[in-house]
Amino acid sequence: MEEQGLTQEIKPPVSTKGPGRWLKENLFNTWYNTILTCLALVFLFFAFKGFLTWAFTEAEWGVIPANFRLFMVGSYPQEQIWRVWTAIYILSVLMGLSAGLWGGLILRFVVVLSGVWFISALLPFDFELSTRGWCLGAIAMIAVSFFLGRDRTSLRSWILGGWILSFPVIMVVLRGFGENGVLTSRWGGLLLTLILAISGIVVSFPLGVFLALCRQSKLPVIRWVSTTYIEMVRGVPLITILFMGNVLIPIFMPGFDINQVLRMMLCLIFFSAAYMAENVRGGLQGVPRGQHEAAQAVGLNYVQTTLFIVLPQALRSVIPAIVGQFIALFKDTSLVSVIGLIDLLGVARSILANPKWLGLQAEVYLFVAFIYFVFCYAMSYASQDIETDLGVGKH
Amino acid sequence: MRKFLFRVSALVLAISLVIPLLASGEESILDKVKNRGRLICGVNKELPGFGFLGQDGKWKGFDVDYGRAIAAAVLGDPDKVEFRPLKAADRFPALQTGEIDVLIRNTTWTLTRDTDLGADFAPPTFYDGQGFMLRKDLGITSLKELAGATIGVTAGSTTELNLADTTRALGIEVEPIVFEETETLYQSYDQGRCDAVTSDKSQLVSRRQSLKNPDDHVILDVTISKEPLGPVTVHGDNKWNDVVSWVVYATFFAEEHGITQSNVNTFETENPEIKRFLGTDDGTGMGGKLGLPKDWARQVIAAVGNYGEIFERNLTPLGLPRGVNKPWTQGGLLYAIPFR
Repeated sequence: MEEQGLTQEIKPPVSTKGPGRWLKENLFNTWYNTILTCLALVFLFFAFKGFLTWAFTEAEWGVIPANFRLFMVGSYPQEQIWRVWTAIYILSVLMGLSAGLWGGLILRFVVVLSGVWFISALLPFDFELSTRGWCLGAIAMIAVSFFLGRDRTSLRSWILGGWILSFPVIMVVLRGFGENGVLTSRWGGLLLTLILAISGIVVSFPLGVFLALCRQSKLPVIRWVSTTYIEMVRGVPLITILFMGNVLIPIFMPGFDINQVLRMMLCLIFFSAAYMAENVRGGLQGVPRGQHEAAQAVGLNYVQTTLFIVLPQALRSVIPAIVGQFIALFKDTSLVSVIGLIDLLGVARSILANPKWLGLQAEVYLFVAFIYFVFCYAMSYASQDIETDLGVGKH
Repeated sequence: MRKFLFRVSALVLAISLVIPLLASGEESILDKVKNRGRLICGVNKELPGFGFLGQDGKWKGFDVDYGRAIAAAVLGDPDKVEFRPLKAADRFPALQTGEIDVLIRNTTWTLTRDTDLGADFAPPTFYDGQGFMLRKDLGITSLKELAGATIGVTAGSTTELNLADTTRALGIEVEPIVFEETETLYQSYDQGRCDAVTSDKSQLVSRRQSLKNPDDHVILDVTISKEPLGPVTVHGDNKWNDVVSWVVYATFFAEEHGITQSNVNTFETENPEIKRFLGTDDGTGMGGKLGLPKDWARQVIAAVGNYGEIFERNLTPLGLPRGVNKPWTQGGLLYAIPFR
């Protein structure tokens, strides 16, 4: 604690100047800066003029609200949409509780999320009234659980357990049972993209850590198996793995109808795990030899040394690489549209085939790009925040 | 130890040999569909007018309607279909491995596909053909005048091969520009990066609507290939192929006799063939012979309408003319086999 106090930098006094002052000091402070600013403005104007006139006069943005449900959930049946909302509510409660307990990043996150729900509830599109109700309900869920979880440290392990259980529970909620549930072939849109990305991230991370540890193992067979796996997967483009999963598995195992979504999920997990393993290995190698020896000296065995001494240090130093891998995986999920699943990108292409919306590629693809950006930026922001919290690069 | 390993590997080998045998069996897909209570139909998810997701999240299109028609015939409910969007590359593997029961994905019937690829075709539901679209101001009216022109085409399709065959036969040289994606092909053409595009006429007509000035472009009155598109079933399952084929004939028959979605349940007739078709005759109807309920054809028409109605609902909005896709009584190619 003391050490942190010493290294803390003294922040500059909070600025009281307005934006006009800022402009003057930064953009118009000398005669040549003024000229440069003007030139830059003229350049920017011409560069974006075409885009702006298109965006405000020609573009037919009506395609987005008209197909909003498709973008979000694809062909998920309307009468079962409560399943999606139930899943969202489960997550809302967990996030609210965590925000109340830990504050910080997750608190900021739920505030933004509540804002998004609030705006969605008020949007002037012709959403059904029930959709608006569901949106407001999500805010209520977050708020109530926030106050419930506030500083209640005794809930800690319950919340952690809840997060771990939430993934399988949500899967069951979304699928239901048998023919009365929702077949995975009807999952689509952003929902499918998120399911693929989250399952990939959640499962490939521990798998990757395990593979990295195996690769460092002293037992040759384990080391070889792990190394072969990692190098083989890394030597093949993701798209070929997806194709193999889609075409070859049914050929090798006729009669076993392994769900297409599950197949793609597994392919993404196995692919991502190999890259994750290499990222983690970088961290493991960065942990000084002395740490192992010190751990042994105080009598810790291999498992204890790895869990309590090596891994925490190794993982902390590779957070940027791991988050980069998560972001890449999130974007890679768009490749499943090449296989025929209707994820966010697949839905976009299907909408463009509707005779009503022919030729509106620019509008639809810009919107899809915007959604991808929001999610990737959120992940990137969260990683920066975690890095600051853990003091990566400082000590 | 070695003996143990040998036994284990022998067992694994034996199991892996037996499993496919158990799985394949002699069961017709028709029984499989009935037991499952749901038809699995492979479709295209992004072809205007033929297969796409509607605004309400339900599948729409010409091919999709035929999937619903088969479900109506077999299960009595057009909504008991699961649509599997497929890419051109994995449509045949999906059919062979039994992942889908029927493939209705703008698939051209060719000799190689009928034999080598292990597919059985039902009668074509749409006769397409490759054509050319070009700018009106070029003043070109025949293929020969295209010499020296740059022509946009999508990669890896028979379209590309047909173009090469045709120009060689005519003894002219053209410069093909190959595009990976259909979207980019038409956008580039619209921006003037090629003089003409070649593709199936149905596609040319629908895409012309989405160009900046549709009236500046003409579709040449030549067809350089035959593209009979229809449903496909796996090779060797005759019972199932019969069902799919007769569902298609049912839509033809209904149009020939003026039976529509709205009048099918009240259709008054003394014509014995129509009675057999509707299942209102005294005998077992035609359904029993196909392994279907007596009123199967009525279910089909009640669910999706006759051929003309399916066409008007899905393809007329694209600006597609009926062309040869008319009943034979009106000079088209659609000819229902007798219901006897």
